[in-house]
Amino acid sequence: MLDTVHHIFANSVVLLAARLTVLLLLLPATLVVGWVELKVMAHMQHRLGPMYAGAYHGWAQTLADGLKFIQKEDIIPTATDRAVFTMVPFITMLGASLTFVVIPFSRRWVIADLDVGLFYALAASSIGVIGVLVAGWASANKYSLMGGLRAAAQLIAYELPLVLAAVAVAMQAGSLSLVSIVEAQHALPFGLWAQPVGFLIFLAAATAEVTRTPFDMPVAEAEIITGAFTEYSAMKFAFGLFAAEYIAMIGMSALAATLFLGGYKPVVPVLGFVPGIVWFVLKTGVVIFLLIWIRWTFPRLREDQLQKLAWKVLIPLSLANIFVTGALKLAHWI
Amino acid sequence: MGTVPDDLTRAPIKARLSGAGVLHTEEMVLNVGPQHPATHGVLRVLVSVDGERIVEAEPVIGYMHRGHEKLVEQRDFRQITNLLSRMDWLSGINNEIPASMAVERMLELEVPRRAQYLRVILAELNRIANHLMFTGSFGLELGATTPVMYAFRERELIQEALELVTGGRMHFGFIRPGGLKEDIPRGFVELARRGVRQLVQKIPDYENLLMGNEIFKQRTVGVGVLDPALALDHGVSGPILRACGIPHDIRKVDPYLVYDEFDFEVPVGQQGDSFDRFWVLIQEMRTSARIVEQALDGLPAGSHIGAVPKRLTLPEGQIYCHAENPLGELGYYLVSDGGARPYRMKIRTPSFSNISVAAHMLRGAFVPDMIAILGSMFFVVGDIDR
Repeated sequence: MLDTVHHIFANSVVLLAARLTVLLLLLPATLVVGWVELKVMAHMQHRLGPMYAGAYHGWAQTLADGLKFIQKEDIIPTATDRAVFTMVPFITMLGASLTFVVIPFSRRWVIADLDVGLFYALAASSIGVIGVLVAGWASANKYSLMGGLRAAAQLIAYELPLVLAAVAVAMQAGSLSLVSIVEAQHALPFGLWAQPVGFLIFLAAATAEVTRTPFDMPVAEAEIITGAFTEYSAMKFAFGLFAAEYIAMIGMSALAATLFLGGYKPVVPVLGFVPGIVWFVLKTGVVIFLLIWIRWTFPRLREDQLQKLAWKVLIPLSLANIFVTGALKLAHWI
Repeated sequence: MGTVPDDLTRAPIKARLSGAGVLHTEEMVLNVGPQHPATHGVLRVLVSVDGERIVEAEPVIGYMHRGHEKLVEQRDFRQITNLLSRMDWLSGINNEIPASMAVERMLELEVPRRAQYLRVILAELNRIANHLMFTGSFGLELGATTPVMYAFRERELIQEALELVTGGRMHFGFIRPGGLKEDIPRGFVELARRGVRQLVQKIPDYENLLMGNEIFKQRTVGVGVLDPALALDHGVSGPILRACGIPHDIRKVDPYLVYDEFDFEVPVGQQGDSFDRFWVLIQEMRTSARIVEQALDGLPAGSHIGAVPKRLTLPEGQIYCHAENPLGELGYYLVSDGGARPYRMKIRTPSFSNISVAAHMLRGAFVPDMIAILGSMFFVVGDIDR
């Protein structure tokens, strides 16, 4: 931690400002991604989606939604554990946002290039689940309780394949620092060379992490009515569920782009003059689009089926992936 | 529930947790509905759950009871069709037809062949619209948001055709004793044909998107298996009965209107699980599309309504008239005392009998399975409660 502080202050004020911008841009980014999701979904479903808010193709729809949430009455049911209930949006938002501390937006644009960056990112991304679990308990609602329990059960299922898929990447790069991992992909991104299986496992686990279809059981509206967030309203709902989900989704996509798609590295060396941030945003966008595409195509799995998938397919597969990576490493092929 | 045994309450928590399987758990009663996204309105299901497993489930009905059976006693025979179309609001035409048929059979009225053909066309279009609705909503309940949009795209054309003829989109009020309210307008035949052709063309999309999907199969195959004997005991009918392998379709076993003049097959499932029920639903749309095409091809000329007395009074007597509603057997038992109004009308609606079997099917299932089961029971709450 002291290292981090030192690291930040050791740099120029301009860089510091640039780094803080990342966190300040998170909320606007969720609005943009939310709008993109609305439009992509609509066009996949033979509709236009929002067209009125804002002049051009409903660009201000998510902004208007946010403003609407601000105006809503904030209802806290009497039976709830008030303090814990109120805490939840902070926990989920914090858990979702902390990942961005270590993600390199370009070679020098990273808030803190920790030596254990990958480890830190994966640990931080799991904090949000605590919020969901707590919300399920504090809401004093049976549906919420089931949602919280599902979230907890889901954590056991996806966390292992997620970490194991990342382990193989760390082995290939020989480092846990995200900047070093990106730098190790100077020739080919890991997703193309040696880690395509790892990429798919990571993507599946990341979908479960951010509770999106087909792994959105903890917030299944047709079953348990948005699960842990049944009792939430107004800004608590907007931040606790929507903003946190989108920030987590952007975070996981950014992590996937960093680990498997070469992060801020140009796709072909010839295009090296294009700034790294552009590549980073593009690659993150591709992963986000994949997640959106998956969400609006598939039905939802059942909780026990997710466990089966995780323990019988994803974990053995990711262990095999580690083994293969190790073998390739020993043979000096990577 | 029950009380906690003494030895459990006295034992220290640690001992209770580490003891040989004596961790004390309780069932939780979960009140699903009347307002719940999966209950299609106001069905209520009281579910006792042990974790996510359903120990006992009890459907509670009656939240939308409007007293149709009593209300029709205050209406004359032309008015009752308008009222009855409000029971199963997804298939108004199909509700109206047997009521008119009951009056016609008691009066021994001759219905012109053109009117009969048009009734078949409208009924089958209505059936398609109904099935498309359930196709979409079933996907929606399983978390697949896209199929409902596709289904509504096709449904819109069918609805437009129905609207062109009747002027209504939900409560049509178009079937009259003796025939129809009006003849079809210009352009209807083309529109209806376009609607069913687009549907037949797009059905493979639904099949690929849902039935071809591994997750959909995992959620539905073997889930909510309905035993044929149990189904018959409960008077289950329609697609749900046919999904358990019983080829009972009133259009075939007791043909009414001119159904015996068309060439069509009744799709029959094998397992009786949610997947088969959904499969039957999809195949029935193909069947209906075939019937509509044949009826449009062979549509005879003539009048749209027969000679009907200005004042409709039925002779004293009684009749049971049934028809294949999109959801199952719809029957009207009409008693007349010789007046201008029904003396009594007992209504047998398909959803009522079909949902009665839900308690058996839900027992032992997971909570997510409840959604897959209820979603594939294809019920309309207005049709249950009347």
